[in-house]
Amino acid sequence: MHVPDGFFDAPTSIATGLIAAGAVGISLQRANREIRETGPALAGLTAAFVFAVQMVNFPVGAGTSGHLLGGALAAALVGPWTAMLVMSTVLLVQGLLFADGGLSALGTNITLMGVVTVLVGYFVTRFLLQVLPKRVGSIVPSAALGALVSVPLSALAFTGLYAVGGTVQIPIGQLATAMVGWHVLVGLGEAVITGAVLSAVVATRPDLVYAARHLRADLVLVDADGNSSTVSPDRPIAARPAGRSLGVGVAVTMLVAGVISLFASAHPDGLEFVGAKLGFESAATDSAVAGSPLADYGVSGIGNSHVSGALAGIIGVLVTIAVGLAVAKIASLRSSTHADVDTTV
Amino acid sequence: MSGSAGDGLLVPTGSLVHRLPAQVKIVALLLFVLAVVSTPAAVFWAFGLYAVLLLGCVVLAKLPPATVLRRLAVETPFIVFALLLPFVATGPQVDVLGVSLSSAGVLGAWNVLAKGTLGVVAAIILSASTGPRDLLAGLERLRLPSTLIAILSFMVRYLSVVADDLHRMRIARESRGYAGGRAGHLKAVAGGVGALFVRSFERGERVHLAMQSRGYTGRMPLLSIGGADRGQWLTGLTVSLAAIAVAVAARVVGL
Repeated sequence: MHVPDGFFDAPTSIATGLIAAGAVGISLQRANREIRETGPALAGLTAAFVFAVQMVNFPVGAGTSGHLLGGALAAALVGPWTAMLVMSTVLLVQGLLFADGGLSALGTNITLMGVVTVLVGYFVTRFLLQVLPKRVGSIVPSAALGALVSVPLSALAFTGLYAVGGTVQIPIGQLATAMVGWHVLVGLGEAVITGAVLSAVVATRPDLVYAARHLRADLVLVDADGNSSTVSPDRPIAARPAGRSLGVGVAVTMLVAGVISLFASAHPDGLEFVGAKLGFESAATDSAVAGSPLADYGVSGIGNSHVSGALAGIIGVLVTIAVGLAVAKIASLRSSTHADVDTTV
Repeated sequence: MSGSAGDGLLVPTGSLVHRLPAQVKIVALLLFVLAVVSTPAAVFWAFGLYAVLLLGCVVLAKLPPATVLRRLAVETPFIVFALLLPFVATGPQVDVLGVSLSSAGVLGAWNVLAKGTLGVVAAIILSASTGPRDLLAGLERLRLPSTLIAILSFMVRYLSVVADDLHRMRIARESRGYAGGRAGHLKAVAGGVGALFVRSFERGERVHLAMQSRGYTGRMPLLSIGGADRGQWLTGLTVSLAAIAVAVAARVVGL
């Protein structure tokens, strides 16, 4: 479901373009060490793999077939940063080489399909891996659930964007219900396929599954005298001490941006619409922040509504990122007080 | 799919549009779609002018119209969404042939259809007139991060290899009776995809080792040869500048 040109208004397209550029920039920085060690060819071939797999039709039961979006699968296989790069690469090639998805909507597409699905999928997978038994096989149900959650959340993010920058008024509550309802079904297919593909990879090369690298059993070495010692199978690439706080920051930012934007519709939402119909709208008073400089999504003092709307959007994104980073900072301060923090992300 | 994947959608006709440097065409496309997207939907004449501009480009690039029309099919899912808009949107209602439609929804459907179609046609002109290698060189001239360019170039180079791998595995699977129609075949299809990932990953490792043994130190050689001169920029941006003029006029003049 690539978004075409003209689906969202210009300020939303530009704002999501900035988010996408920021996400790609951060991923490039975080994945830099891996890419220096394994080479750009590996990421390029993974991108070619995702592109090819999106064209495979999987039977998902009841006579229907679905195809993979691949965000959660890529995150489990090659890690979140490389996965974001891979998904962005795939979307860029689809937009420029295959005219699939509008160029002005490229940022929106990367944000929805390359950032939200990857991050949500990865964090759900990581969380479940900590709860489930510490075996490589646990990656299969974890990543499947990650895929299941990532698709409806991406649809919810789409709805949030539509509430802010959609070009037609639709009752947002109904749109959210329809989008999430439909995409839970799509997510079920995505979960089944992701789990099946991962179980096939785990069966042959469990060492290639990034999210489960730390779960492999220690190697037991027995020397000629019968003395046995254990060696960790982890490669040094997997260790990255500083990755956590930034990752949490991005996740919190996405969550804050996604949830708040749902309530921040510039158009009348379902409740207001019903209120207007029933005639009690005049009884409603403006909210406490109505006098704030960003009230009703415009910067006061700037006449042109489009410029002020865009400015409000950009300021909103920056504030959201600041809030997210602050929350992440506090979270990382709290977690670093524990001595046994697991740093192999 | 195999064979065509490496070349993208290129239709080699050697026209003036084909010979323009890729970076000029990418910037021109971006400016054009931004102009289209920022035009108010109610100013119908502006969209007519955009369509005329694009038609001129298709003729100038000597693209077969049937090919362009066929490639418009990627738009289909959003046409369905657009056609639903008049029924679900709120606001004042109008009666068309006895059916009550939202007037904002009708305008919105037109908005999505017109802007989406213009954007897709413009993107089709770019992808049909520029080969993948030239596009990468153009992106490199536009200062995309070199790591991203390297990943992109490996993806484009190995796309047909991976697609051929997939094709061979499908033939092998189907010749063993797993045609992939029923849910019971999911395991076979997924197993093939899992094997495809392992193959792609191992190929990536081999390619990297081969590069290192040939002296790769972390920097890829530049793809592009030379920049575009002023004349090429002017020629390439003519259509986009016209589109921006139309967009400004649409704002100022209105209906």
